[in-house]
Amino acid sequence: MNHWIIAPIILPALLAPILGYVMRHDVTIARIGSIAGSVAMVAIAAGLFVTAAGGDISVYRLGDWPAPFGIVLVLDRLSALMVLLTSVLALIVLIHAVATNWDAKGVHFHALFQFQLMGIAGAFLTGDVFNLFVFFEVLLIASYGLMIHSGGRARMRAGLQYVVMNLAGSTLFLFALGTLYASTGTLNIADLAVRLQEIPVEEAGLVRVAAMLLMIVFAVKAALFPVQFWLPGAYSNAPAPVAALFAIMTKVGAYAILRIHNVVFGPDIEATGDMAGLWLFAAAIVTVAIGAMGVLGARRLMPLIAFSVLGSMGTLMLAIAAFTPGATTAALYYLVHSTFAAAALFLIADLVITRRPGDTLTTLPATVQNGLFAALFFGAAIGMAGMPPLSGFLGKLFVLENLRAPGQMAWAWSAILIGSLVTIVGFARAGSALFWKSTAFVLPENTITESEEDEEVPITHEPARAWEVAPTMAAIGALAALSIFAGPAARYLEATSDQIIDRTGYVAAVLSNPDGLKPYPKSHGDEEAGYGEDAAKAEGHTTEEAH
Amino acid sequence: MELVVASAIGVLTAGGVYLVLRLRAFPVILGLSLLSYAVNVFIFASGQLAVNLPPILDKYGDASYTDPLPQALVLTAIVISFGMTAVLVMIAIGAFLDSGTDKVNISREDRDVEDPVK
Repeated sequence: MNHWIIAPIILPALLAPILGYVMRHDVTIARIGSIAGSVAMVAIAAGLFVTAAGGDISVYRLGDWPAPFGIVLVLDRLSALMVLLTSVLALIVLIHAVATNWDAKGVHFHALFQFQLMGIAGAFLTGDVFNLFVFFEVLLIASYGLMIHSGGRARMRAGLQYVVMNLAGSTLFLFALGTLYASTGTLNIADLAVRLQEIPVEEAGLVRVAAMLLMIVFAVKAALFPVQFWLPGAYSNAPAPVAALFAIMTKVGAYAILRIHNVVFGPDIEATGDMAGLWLFAAAIVTVAIGAMGVLGARRLMPLIAFSVLGSMGTLMLAIAAFTPGATTAALYYLVHSTFAAAALFLIADLVITRRPGDTLTTLPATVQNGLFAALFFGAAIGMAGMPPLSGFLGKLFVLENLRAPGQMAWAWSAILIGSLVTIVGFARAGSALFWKSTAFVLPENTITESEEDEEVPITHEPARAWEVAPTMAAIGALAALSIFAGPAARYLEATSDQIIDRTGYVAAVLSNPDGLKPYPKSHGDEEAGYGEDAAKAEGHTTEEAH
Repeated sequence: MELVVASAIGVLTAGGVYLVLRLRAFPVILGLSLLSYAVNVFIFASGQLAVNLPPILDKYGDASYTDPLPQALVLTAIVISFGMTAVLVMIAIGAFLDSGTDKVNISREDRDVEDPVK
């Protein structure tokens, strides 16, 4: 057993309490610890990525319990990719937060940040749906703390909304898991996949309810219509570096749908059929529209970026909803792209709005380094909107290319193309108000700049140092790299999507026990017959096989 | 037995949803607590209802037992919802002290007040 698989969870889990209890009094030590931890996490994730790139699915059995009885962590190409993406994004965001002094504006930033990483990495690695719920809660409870980091009236109220929304979502998750357990008697993803194949269509009512409930829960995380409304408020009021880290949080929902609704409730499973795909497709179309309209209608910079994230989630979900290998490959490419694009936008927005009074899209005198900020905003915005030469263009093209099925093409193509156009207009308007017009703008004589006194965050007029700009540049550089190396990336992602869709490979890897433990369920034999009749209900299928 | 448990879950859920929709901090907290009670009972029932049976095998083979897994799941869910409620209470108090209102929704007037440049 490869023990490195659990390292992305253990490392932040051990580091966070140390940061919280031992290093909290000295911000320098906390920064060194946190950055060192994040660098180590990138190294571990890269190692795991190389391990998984060969195509083997590695399974880590916690406590060495065999698969359906104990919790397993599963490392395949998809989870390795997601963990690597998380760790790289986290390092970028962390350097930004340290360079811009965001981490010192409240307490426990680094501890919460590491707990957040622990939750995200765990959600990507686990092979058990209840454990997925637990890691969702870990990442959520850390995100509540990060969301209200440094406080302020608007932020606290938006934070309260965010917490209430997610607690309601967690309750729904538990209802879904209860339904799923009642109808299948297992919560292990691979075991669920086996059970679901055996359920005849006429008895599938309960399972279908569970599948849809789970989809709603993941849609809440992925901010899909009609449960998208929490995202603009939460992202636009969170501290900008935290919003940049949250770019991966919506992807946790997308990942969960990719995993669960391919392996367990795949479109070829009789019990659930293409139900999930149809609903997802419709919801994604509306999400793209809402995102585009929000970008055009936003009066402040942070909500504008939040709505563009919403639009990108819609595009991503359109590709996921097709449930074909090609569209899944496109979805993965777009997922990586949109994570970095959203992060780049939030990071550059942070550099700009800390130098202006508020983030309204009104023309004010140019800030220092107006040209540099304008260029970075331009780069991030064309990435997000999907203009060449950055990877947004290739990503959207890739998605369009794979959505050609009749009845699908007209809706998907018009949604994505019109949505992109509207988004471009919205970003162009914002960019010209913030950067272009401001160069010729002189504040009228008798204007009272009352806003400066109201501001809770003091405005700096200092030029950004290299360290403050570097993370934004790194994120945009990632987009450029994704564009330049689109060929190798697409080939790797193609192998990844083949592995996601190959259910038998996943099931075989998780449920086999190479270490000589008792295989499941065949060799239970006569012992199995002794199960009490009442208790056998949940184990129904096992007992049938044994008899 | 089934009727009692099912209607208890139904009533708790209905009350919880109603209270959450009140959109004031205190009713929302109570509502989410009720919802988490409902879901705990629901998970407990998902392993089939059995009265007076141990969750462990007494003598391997001839004893009936109740499914132990939902009990472990409920325990986890209780601990998590307890912690989450505590966090929610703290954030609600923080939001109330900062803004002087316990409304959960943010109306247009509130937003205009919070928009410094307008």
